[in-house]
Amino acid sequence: MGGALILARFTFREAIRKKMVIWVLVLSAIFVGLYAYGFSSLRSNYLERVADGQEPPFGFAVFAGVMTVLGFYTVNFLSGVMAIFASVGSVAAEVDAGTFHAIVPKPVSRWEIVLGKWLGYALMLAAYVSLMCLSVLLVARYIGGYTPPNRVAGSALVVLVSLVLLSLTVLGSTFFSSLTNGIIVFMLYGVALMGGVVEQIGEFLQNDTLTSIGVGTSLVIPSDAVWRTASYLLQQSGGFSIQAIQTPFTASSNPSNAMLVYAVFYAAGALGLSTWVFGRRDL
Amino acid sequence: MQGCSIERPCVYASRHPIETGRLMTKTSLSLDTSPAIYVEHLRKEYGSKVAVQDLSLQVERGEVFGFLGPNGAGKTTTIKMLNGLVRPTSGRLSVLGRPLGDREAKKRIGFLPELFRFHEWMRAEEFLDFHGSLYGLSRGERKQRIPEALKLVGLEGRSRSRLRTFSKGMLQRIGIAQAVLADPLLVFLDEPTSALDPLGRRDVRDIIRTLQERGVTVFLNSHLLGEVEAVCDRVAIIKDGEVAALGPKAGLLGGEHVVEVWVTDMPERLLHEVRRRYRVVGAEARGQGQARGPAPTGGRAPVAVNTECRLSLHLSNGEAPALVELLVGGGARVHEVTPRQRSLEDLFVDVVQVGGDR
Repeated sequence: MGGALILARFTFREAIRKKMVIWVLVLSAIFVGLYAYGFSSLRSNYLERVADGQEPPFGFAVFAGVMTVLGFYTVNFLSGVMAIFASVGSVAAEVDAGTFHAIVPKPVSRWEIVLGKWLGYALMLAAYVSLMCLSVLLVARYIGGYTPPNRVAGSALVVLVSLVLLSLTVLGSTFFSSLTNGIIVFMLYGVALMGGVVEQIGEFLQNDTLTSIGVGTSLVIPSDAVWRTASYLLQQSGGFSIQAIQTPFTASSNPSNAMLVYAVFYAAGALGLSTWVFGRRDL
Repeated sequence: MQGCSIERPCVYASRHPIETGRLMTKTSLSLDTSPAIYVEHLRKEYGSKVAVQDLSLQVERGEVFGFLGPNGAGKTTTIKMLNGLVRPTSGRLSVLGRPLGDREAKKRIGFLPELFRFHEWMRAEEFLDFHGSLYGLSRGERKQRIPEALKLVGLEGRSRSRLRTFSKGMLQRIGIAQAVLADPLLVFLDEPTSALDPLGRRDVRDIIRTLQERGVTVFLNSHLLGEVEAVCDRVAIIKDGEVAALGPKAGLLGGEHVVEVWVTDMPERLLHEVRRRYRVVGAEARGQGQARGPAPTGGRAPVAVNTECRLSLHLSNGEAPALVELLVGGGARVHEVTPRQRSLEDLFVDVVQVGGDR
């Protein structure tokens, strides 16, 4: 287990040295700035309309709620992309470069190497998602005067989305080259997004075929199903229903808890399988 | 050792069957006297391709062992199997008396991979710190050994430099530093001088000698036969994934000499006779002419001779006078007969070219 921690630290340092961390932070800061600007202009717009006597049909909390969910959605998307691209070569690139030749003979187990790299990325993603969710919540609160429900659970589920994608990418990295792996996982990610939309349309139209397609894609890659649960929780407000506003990024119905359990096992299973595959591989 | 020859290579492994209990005993690795490396009927197939056919060998503690063979003979695959990078298809192996993958054994094994590719974003000392921590060295041990290792490989001034700025030779040196960092009992060096200039090669030779003095077992794979010859106690030559020759360097190289012969007026027939009796490894005959004076065989027909002929051939100890008598008796004019110690290169060429040029 000590070896896994050494590799986790190594992975973290590598991300800093390769300037990944700094650029992610710079771009994320730009995102937060734009988000805050948009939120405040929405608010002043709303207040102007109220002052002019043209009060919109919904209270500001509805708009603020949608903005918050969109903020979370962006964090979810960015962290998903980051999970995929950061770890796309976690095993493959080291194998291709031959850098594992000096590491694998050391007194560490191969599973510790894979677990350590996963852990390094997982901790970075968890920290990143927490920081970004906190930024969105602070903007919503201080600029929008709005605080969504289930903040911690919602943020934790966004972390889970990135861990699902991370585990899948690490698994792919034990089979495929970095490029192939990146394309495959990103396509699956896209399919999951589309599957989520299809499932919602199916539910809305009560079309069983569309719903089944959606559920099927969630089983192949449960990232979007987990996101929809997060989205549902963040909108679960007692006083009024902001779910009247439908967007492809928000959820109207709560995906089953079984899907969350499935997602946790999916991530753990993919990680376990990648240690097994890497453990048997000739380098 | 006396029974070793190229035709009948000594494969000691088969004479030392390992007792099953021995692998499991938990004596201290450094006190353990079991072989540093024990390999028995090792085989590796990649799909239908056989990389290592049937390899058996044994390396004793404290030896510098040369591991030679032509490209594609299976050397690197064997080294990879010994370091847990590649899984053997079948066969038995133990390293430092422990089964493959044993963590305690791995702590005392250093390995310089053939490609020596490292994470180039790291600084030299950071790189060694990372590898030291993988070896399980404490912070204090790392602090002490990293400067020592850098000094040993001549990079003491570059501890803060990033590996990205290193030349190939420097990368190879830092790779050696990484391999000797954890006070190893066994070091594998796979082509340790491939990127080094002559001075660098001499440095590596000195490093190997230093390790040898400390009682470290060194398993050296190199194409530079002169280097292997200079430092190794024993040598194995492998061919087509099997051991083709194995023994102490002196045993393999001694016993036979190569003799360079320069003669003129060498009758064609005599040349055939020499080729029949001795193992000729090189012959260069120039100019056809006729024998001066009476033909040595007494026949009247003019005899075809080579005006100038240079030969290199193998002689056992004490055979030189008989060769000279044969040449002179056959009518050739002998200018030079120069004995030369057989080099590892001669041996290598003999073993690798099927059975030599007999």
